[in-house]
Formats: sequence, structure tokens, C-alpha cells
Amino acid sequence: MLPHEPVELSAPQRLVLNRLQDGIAPTPRPFAALAEEAGVSEQVIVDWICEWLDQGVLTRFGPMIHLDRAGGAVELCALAAPQDEYEAIAEQVNAHPAVAHNYERDHALNMWFVLGGSCEDALDHAVAEIQHNTGLDVYRFPKEREFFVDLRFYV
Amino acid sequence: MWLLDETDQAILEAAQDGLPVSATPFADLAARLGVDEATVLDAFDRLLAAGVVRRIAAVPNHYRLGYTANGMSVWDVADDVVDEVGERVAALSFVSHCYRRPRRLPVWPYNLFAMVHGRSRDEVHARVAEIETVIGEAARAHDVLFSKRILKKTGVRLRKEPR
Repeated sequence: MLPHEPVELSAPQRLVLNRLQDGIAPTPRPFAALAEEAGVSEQVIVDWICEWLDQGVLTRFGPMIHLDRAGGAVELCALAAPQDEYEAIAEQVNAHPAVAHNYERDHALNMWFVLGGSCEDALDHAVAEIQHNTGLDVYRFPKEREFFVDLRFYV
Repeated sequence: MWLLDETDQAILEAAQDGLPVSATPFADLAARLGVDEATVLDAFDRLLAAGVVRRIAAVPNHYRLGYTANGMSVWDVADDVVDEVGERVAALSFVSHCYRRPRRLPVWPYNLFAMVHGRSRDEVHARVAEIETVIGEAARAHDVLFSKRILKKTGVRLRKEPR
């Protein structure tokens, strides 16, 4: 997936997109108040969400799950993939269902991915399988402490 | 220990790729699962309160919103001050994630990770310079790893595992 051109958004669309990043409450009509504020109907908001998902402006609309609060485990990992085997190794890493995100980065450790599982054992297994499949060492970077920030991309 | 009951698990598994896109997404999700809407609403109230669900929200592709540069800034900070430094770095408005992680010597000397997003690499570099000012002499070495490509972005998955 390559970077895309930025999209053009109207003022009410920007308002809606920003508010939807802040989140909706679990209520029967979660878009009703926002529709009124933006001066559009709930159906228009629904149509915009569909459009943004289709265009790839949004990757998802739904619950953002904090797996470690559910008793699960999440871990950042990296490996150094030889340049001439990079694509094949990316495929091998991506094919593992525990891999949630994977980024190419410019460093000797050039592939950085996040593993998620229901427990530490699941992560140990995933690391062992990825090492076996790729023949490369996986460096593990568990978070020892999280300093709280809250990511938003306001437009 | 796995903390979700079967109902929570079923609801999150059904919703993790996205809620039904409609004016009544929770009722539609309930119908899909064959449960009452109130069951779904109550479950999300509890999961939000417990922090298992951080929020129910739109997850943007930041590239499409003009934030095309994303740099993972990494810092080697003395262990006795890294927590205090981390708090100050996380407070900067342009830092989206900030973690203390183990070093992996000799390959990896850095123990503080701060993700910086910007509209260009120059903007990210300027922001990393700002972090350097905030950390001061405690920063013994640092680097910025720009993302060249998203290879996969499905989000963390819930899966039924054998127990």
C-alpha cells in the first residue's frame, strides 16, 4: 500500500471526520447529535463513512481494542531483511495472523511489526514461527512503560 | 489471564473489522449476533469503562489526510531519568505514541520510542529537534526511522485460542 494523495474535504466533512475520530457513544442513534451539529442528516454521515472507507481515507470504523487490557499481549518486533529478499520476507511475516501492523523503515532493522495475541505464550509461538519461516532473528521490544498520549489526525 | 466472557468476545470479534455502517450500528450488530441491542450497548459500556475498548471511532489512513511522513524517533536515555524524560516527551502535542522499551545491544542502543507524524519529512525533523531540546543532555544518542511503506495494517486481532 503506497501513500495516497490527500483528499479534499468540505467544512462539515472535516467536522464529522474529526468528531468520529474522538469516537461515538454506544447508544441506539450514535450519529444523531453529530448530524444536527454538522447540519446534515444521519444518512449523510453514514454515506460519508461508506465513501471514506471505500476511498481508503478510513481504514476502519469501529471499536479500538486494547488487547493487553483484555488480558492479551501486544509486542513490537523488528528484523533485518536482506534487500533482495525483502518482498518475500514481508509476505512471510504478513501471512502470520498474529501480525497486526507491519512497516518498512529505513534502518538496518528494516521491518517493524506489531504482534497481538491472547497471551504471552501466543506471542512466543508467533516469534518462533516467524523466525523459522524467515530464517532471521526477530528482535522483541515489549513495552516496559507507556507514557500516555492520545493519537488524533485532525483535518 | 483472559478477561472477556463469551458475549464480550463474540461482540468484539464481530465488530473488530468495523461496525455495520448504518444509522443504527449497534442494533444491526445485535441482529447479526442474534442478541438484544441492550446486550450490545451494555457490553460496550463495560468494555469502554474497563479500557478494553479505547473508543469506538474512525481510524484514519493518515496518508490520505496529508500526514505523509511518519518517523519513529528513538533515544538512548540513561535508565535513572528515562521515565521522567518520557513523561515530558509524551506531553508534546505532535508525539502520537511514547514507550520505554528494552535495548538490544549491540544492534539497538535505544530505550525510548516516540512516534512523530508530520506533513513532510522536514516537519518531522523539526519536531524531532524539538524533542532533542526537551530531553537535553540526557539524550546520549538518537535516530529517526521513517516509514517507507505500510506492509500490513489490519489492527490487533481477537482470535479464539484453545484454552
